[in-house]
Amino acid sequence: MLTILRKEIAAFFSSLVAYIIVGIFLAATGLFLWVFPDSAVLDYGYAGLDSLFDIAPYLFMFLIPAVTMRSIAEEKKEGTFELLATRPLTDWQIILGKYFGSLAIVLMAMAPTLIYYFTVYELGATRGNVDTGAVIGSYTGLFLLGGIFVAIGILASAVTSNQVVAFTIAVFLSFFLFSGFDSLSRLVSLQQADTLIAAIGIMEHYQSVSRGVLDTRDLVYFASFTLFFLVITKTVLGGRKW
Amino acid sequence: MSIAVEHLTKLFGQQKAIDSISFRAEPGKVMGFLGPNGAGKSTTMRILTSFIPQTSGRATVCGFDVAREALEVRRVVGYLPEHNPLYPELYVKESLGFVANIHGLQNKRQRISDVIGLTGLGDEQHKKIGQLSKGYRQRVGLAQAIIHDPKVLILDEPTSGLDPNQLSGIRKLIRDLGASRTVVFSTHIMQEAEAVCDHIVIINKGNIVADDALSSLRGVHPGRTLEEIFISLTGSNAIAH
Repeated sequence: MLTILRKEIAAFFSSLVAYIIVGIFLAATGLFLWVFPDSAVLDYGYAGLDSLFDIAPYLFMFLIPAVTMRSIAEEKKEGTFELLATRPLTDWQIILGKYFGSLAIVLMAMAPTLIYYFTVYELGATRGNVDTGAVIGSYTGLFLLGGIFVAIGILASAVTSNQVVAFTIAVFLSFFLFSGFDSLSRLVSLQQADTLIAAIGIMEHYQSVSRGVLDTRDLVYFASFTLFFLVITKTVLGGRKW
Repeated sequence: MSIAVEHLTKLFGQQKAIDSISFRAEPGKVMGFLGPNGAGKSTTMRILTSFIPQTSGRATVCGFDVAREALEVRRVVGYLPEHNPLYPELYVKESLGFVANIHGLQNKRQRISDVIGLTGLGDEQHKKIGQLSKGYRQRVGLAQAIIHDPKVLILDEPTSGLDPNQLSGIRKLIRDLGASRTVVFSTHIMQEAEAVCDHIVIINKGNIVADDALSSLRGVHPGRTLEEIFISLTGSNAIAH
């Protein structure tokens, strides 16, 4: 599994695409946090990273499918999946190797945003006047959210051998799961069950974790959805029908 | 007995890719697995390497059941898939190292330089796979298949796209490997099968139409080349003139 993980990361960073994706992610978060007047920290006046964590899920929605779209789809298209699957590896080792490989890439893209935290920390009206607990919670939330999005991306990559299709499916599923249920819960006809429906969506749980409250219910939610998508991936790949 | 196949059947939807075939392959012999396009050669090989599951029947490789002991089967088998899929962005040594890591080989460096020597990759070993010519890619595929010193080698058209010089080199390699191992390989070149194989299995439309030692196959059809035998056994597939 570690061999696959390492190769996944190496393959990603040996192509120019990797730097473009990570670069755009950092450029976009930088713009939203420091430049755009609606969300910039300097205009807002409070030393916090809220606008970063508000915009990050929507960037992840595009960034992560771009990372994961090739992982299995390309192997299927080029036939190299046969190479992997006829080696002494279980399907789970292949899937988890790819999953954690992509997750590691997402973490690497996230890591430079820590600079924003230190900047805000230094800029506080009294130095260090930042709600560090909330920032840690938000990073945890973002990481867990990334975990689900990567699982969705790997699944989308497994159902097709076309990278564009994999990307599109992953973006849609991620978007729908993140904010779709929240929006649906506001439908008038569904008002009796609105809290239940909102609880299926990621946004509810993401915001709860972002407040810095690590509730086991949210952790169970993130873990079970991630596992759910990985199990479907295993089922899809196990059928060998393509 | 290294490979034992009994009444193996594979259905793709309603279509029978292979229909209750049985054959055996022994160590120290090279088995030629011949048949027209679409006869079920690759399907059989994919089942033998535990890549796809069979619909019914049973197949064992070195005593391991391909359906239930897939990991053990994959450990003892070296497989070169049809069309020789490779990672073009990797360097030759990197690619071999990747495969060696999957197998958890201890003497990795030694094995990599061994197989580079065996397959004649020496001059091209510092290139990326994407930069190699087809013949050299084929050698990389072969090197990957033998890096873990497998007891059984399954090669799906290992010589397609090679020039005559490369052909004779690869054929000699297959013969040498077959001296101590079980080799099953498929080809469309009958002269090659005659030159390399000890045993011939011909499959047509999912059924085995010949399964014999090369010498006795010649005895049954006296005075005919393997190509003529092949055409007479599988000829109904040919386009009518």
